Amino acid sequence: MTMKINWYKFSAPSAFYPLAGKLIPWFWALAALFGVVGLWLGLLVAPTDFQQGEGYRIIFVHVGASWMSMFIYVVMAFWAAIGLAFNTRLSGMMAAALAPTGVLFTFVSLWTGAFWGKPMWGAWWVWDARMTSELILLFLYIGFIALTRAIDDPRRADKAGALLALVGVVNIPIIYFSVKWWNTLHQGASVSLSKGSSMAAIMLWGMLFCALAMWMYTIAVVLTRARGIILERERHTEWVKTLLTQNAPIAPIAQAKAK
Amino acid sequence: MNVILHIIARDLRLALRRPADLASVLFFFIIVASLFPLGVGPETDLLRRLAPGVLWVGALLATMLSLPRMFADDFYDGALEQLALAPYPLGFVVLGKTLAHWLVSGLPLAILAPLLGLQFDLPGDTLLILAGSILLGTPALSGIGAIGAALTLGLRGGGVLLSLLVLPLYIPVLIFGAGAVDASMSGISPNAHLFLLAALTVGGVAFAPWAAAAALKIALE
Repeated sequence: MTMKINWYKFSAPSAFYPLAGKLIPWFWALAALFGVVGLWLGLLVAPTDFQQGEGYRIIFVHVGASWMSMFIYVVMAFWAAIGLAFNTRLSGMMAAALAPTGVLFTFVSLWTGAFWGKPMWGAWWVWDARMTSELILLFLYIGFIALTRAIDDPRRADKAGALLALVGVVNIPIIYFSVKWWNTLHQGASVSLSKGSSMAAIMLWGMLFCALAMWMYTIAVVLTRARGIILERERHTEWVKTLLTQNAPIAPIAQAKAK
Repeated sequence: MNVILHIIARDLRLALRRPADLASVLFFFIIVASLFPLGVGPETDLLRRLAPGVLWVGALLATMLSLPRMFADDFYDGALEQLALAPYPLGFVVLGKTLAHWLVSGLPLAILAPLLGLQFDLPGDTLLILAGSILLGTPALSGIGAIGAALTLGLRGGGVLLSLLVLPLYIPVLIFGAGAVDASMSGISPNAHLFLLAALTVGGVAFAPWAAAAALKIALE
């Protein structure tokens, strides 16, 4: 296929809106498929862990959520950089659409971590380096959302949010390593999350499928949210007005009355 | 270079004409540090153990309190717009303002900290390290804070929002700052912590003003 795809075309919200609408069902289907396979492998096929019993099965949710929580922040910073560099409207909308899902996964990761920690370590929370930095990541997400919601002008909100996301992404490695060193200096390595790569292959597959399911879910949800943001911000434009009058059930009646 | 010095002199003159603002930051630090013994009890061993963290968190919050004023006054009377239009890089202007902010917040806090350290029964060497670490770490706080102050300029609820944005980014400075004091107290060399703190300050003062200048441009649009 030598057809050249015109990426710039889809940077226009009016072109992106229908494209996202077409893609969303596919990503939902993939999310459901991967989710069923992953959970089936994880909950039914994978053997019970000889050390951790059945409790370990929470990793099928936990690991994927942790990956996504970090990955989404990087993607958000990527869109932020694109938005600042090329001054595209859609980039800011994508960053705004990604943030709530990032919060969701960070929260799920922390919560499932607590559920796992209680039977394994006997505590809901320990100041482990990874848990602490995940908590700080949650703060960074909250800060991003709070800042963008506090600014009424959407263009300024996008730019300010983009700058904050970039500052955050530069700081994440610094924060991670400082927390790690703090952790090793303050308390002995009484607990370690690393289990090595001795994990059974079937567990790994289950985890990968669950992570893929979350990935597809993220794309589907973010595209849906981006469509909502597009409609809200472009409501004054002609194409949104025609789109809404075409789809809305009440509109034809109103038009008929006008005639 | 002259621009930076000029801005520092101007901001210092403005700050000194309102000495109450300066003093309120210092008294905030004193009050926060005095609340902890009242909260956890007067046992000297416990207080000595808590001192590095408590004093550093207090210094951090005190620095943060004075951040909203960094650009706000100039923003409302229009001076900031004139500075942005001036034929100098806005980053230099922000660097000058950052250093001026440090001179009226970080520097006095570092001078005051050993006095509060005495209340927590810290030994003599540790008092020196405490002052040194605050002296070394607070420029980074002013730098990172400038980004937050610029981003929240003119927003409703700016002060609370500012703390939400800035405090997570302050964590590395807190860790190494309190770590240095902790290390000196337990007889380990605090140099590793102090070097890392210096690295954060160099990085923060070098890069943060440019990010803050970008944020100011967004706010002034």
